[in-house]
Amino acid sequence: MKFANSPLLSQRLPAWRSRLLLLGILAGFVTLAGWSIYLQGFNSTFLQEKGAQRYSRVIELPATRGRIMDRNGGVLAVSTPVKSIWAIPEDAQLQPAQVNQLAKLLEMDVREVNRKLAGNRDFVFLKRQIPPDVAAKILALDLPGIHDQTEYRRYYPSGDVTAHVLGFTGAGDVGLEGVELAYQSALAGVSGSRRVIKDRRGHVVEDVDSIRPPQDGKDVVLALDDRIQYLAYSNLRQAVIDNKAKAGSIVVLDARTGEVLALANMPTYNPNNRTKLTGAQLRNRALTDTFEPGSTMKPFTIALALDKGKFRFDSRIQTAPGWLTIGTATIHDSEPHGILTVAQVIQKSSNIGAAKIALTLPAEEMWDNFEKLGFGHPLKLGFPGEVGGRVRPYKNWRPIEQATMAYGNGISVTLMQLAHAYLVFARNGDLIPLSLTKLDSPPLSGKQIFTEQTAHEVRAMLEMVEEPGGTAPKARVAGYLVAGKTGTAHKVEGGIYVNRYVASYVGFAPASDPRLVIAVMIDEPSAGSYYGGDVAAPAFSRVMAGSLRALGVAPDAPLTPLQATNQNTPLIKEGT
Amino acid sequence: MLRANLILILLVVSSALGTVSSNYRARKLFTALEQAQVRMHSLEVEWGQLQLEQSTWAAPARVEKIARDKLHMKPPTADQVITIEAAK
Repeated sequence: MKFANSPLLSQRLPAWRSRLLLLGILAGFVTLAGWSIYLQGFNSTFLQEKGAQRYSRVIELPATRGRIMDRNGGVLAVSTPVKSIWAIPEDAQLQPAQVNQLAKLLEMDVREVNRKLAGNRDFVFLKRQIPPDVAAKILALDLPGIHDQTEYRRYYPSGDVTAHVLGFTGAGDVGLEGVELAYQSALAGVSGSRRVIKDRRGHVVEDVDSIRPPQDGKDVVLALDDRIQYLAYSNLRQAVIDNKAKAGSIVVLDARTGEVLALANMPTYNPNNRTKLTGAQLRNRALTDTFEPGSTMKPFTIALALDKGKFRFDSRIQTAPGWLTIGTATIHDSEPHGILTVAQVIQKSSNIGAAKIALTLPAEEMWDNFEKLGFGHPLKLGFPGEVGGRVRPYKNWRPIEQATMAYGNGISVTLMQLAHAYLVFARNGDLIPLSLTKLDSPPLSGKQIFTEQTAHEVRAMLEMVEEPGGTAPKARVAGYLVAGKTGTAHKVEGGIYVNRYVASYVGFAPASDPRLVIAVMIDEPSAGSYYGGDVAAPAFSRVMAGSLRALGVAPDAPLTPLQATNQNTPLIKEGT
Repeated sequence: MLRANLILILLVVSSALGTVSSNYRARKLFTALEQAQVRMHSLEVEWGQLQLEQSTWAAPARVEKIARDKLHMKPPTADQVITIEAAK
């Protein structure tokens, strides 16, 4: 029988059945179309995001912190990547042999590793900041639950020599002290990011949009000269040890440019290993600690008196009998001198001479002079914790106070301020600002404080200090003319002068054309002498000699007279 | 008509193949760039480490110690120094 003749075909089905089926199929299509409109039209951004998550990744591009260099291009601080090893304790189910291997590579105790892995935290650092090659060995062990992470660590190759200048960085390579803090915004880079497409094996296939390149931190070139810095540091250290002193500071300035060539303090620390740090070690004393300078202040008041025409280089002043009563107080010279010229007041450091000169000046002029020289307000070098010292307002100066301020009592300064102010004598009476960073060109000229003639006259007086009969023959440097001034001051504790001393010396050389200003301060020398000429001047001499040789400065003095004078000529004690 | 269609098909196919091959080359170049950048970064890191090493070896403290202890050198005294004036 043929199919077409089948009796089944002649059976008519009810019409509603086919319609129902058609309706059902239609409904299905409508649902599908609606769903697709919903997905494509209303929900597309969400879905595209989800899709992108499957293949695109944002990679963080870390920026490196800038280097700190000295003026000759030597690296003083540099960041280099290190690895930190961390673990997910839950995943890290290790065999005892594996733990042993791990502990050995990490140079840790096995028990400590076990203790860290036994904790119920989700994340634990096993050891931070290990060399990358060690980290690579650990990862090569392919231990479950052990991972690494790149971090940056700052290294300071010169260690404790430059500790106070550079400071250091803390977690995340952020500056916490010194130049690292002062120049944080320049040194720190801005990390960038990029969005990429990765394939199944994790290889980057393509860059997608929004690439933000990392901006590496800028290098900072300091004015520091690493040879001079080392000379300054090692001689200061020796002076502090030899004199059994509590602390000390030294500052070396370039007289022509105002650049800070060296800055060191004792006690110090090693910035590469900062466990067990004390506050005393951290203090950048040359900038953050003030002291009563003592006689190193005398030249400023005397220069003012010369400038005002009140005295001349060779005016005579009676300092006998070695004491002077002003109001109810009496001031002393360490030994009576009799009649002195103004130059000899400096040379022999007579307190009475300086006081008598000061009392001829109006208080306001003296105060104004200190202000102009930069005392009483911070130098604004940008260093953290810089202080300005204290110069009291002239309106309530009593005569005795005005007299004592002439020789540096009742006024407080930082060593850096003192060194800075001496630039007026090392230059031609003008004062230029200091710079921590290397300058491309020296400042043209500064603020004129004293006339050129006054500056030269005071310079000649300061040269006499190092001659026999002065307070600092030990500051001499073979082959060079040195000019400078000693200072020895009682310390003030709780408003009372105590029998502990601060010995200082500030000077410059070669006196015929000054190149360097060096200021040395030794706090509480206790190995016999406490005079600036005994304690601070020898350190000055050694640093000056080495630095001038390092810079190749031509000698300006014949050698013979110096070799004739014995370094052991009796020392003229200065007023304290 | 047929000929025009054939030419058009040929053009479309060849342009499609061109797209594929240029895409492939772009990815290859990109990978090369990527590797070069990784290398640049690692060289920069190495440069920093070498500078660090140089500074450590050349530290004045170390130089002085070797000069004094090993080579028995000492700073010249003033009378051993001869100053030479630069020619004018």
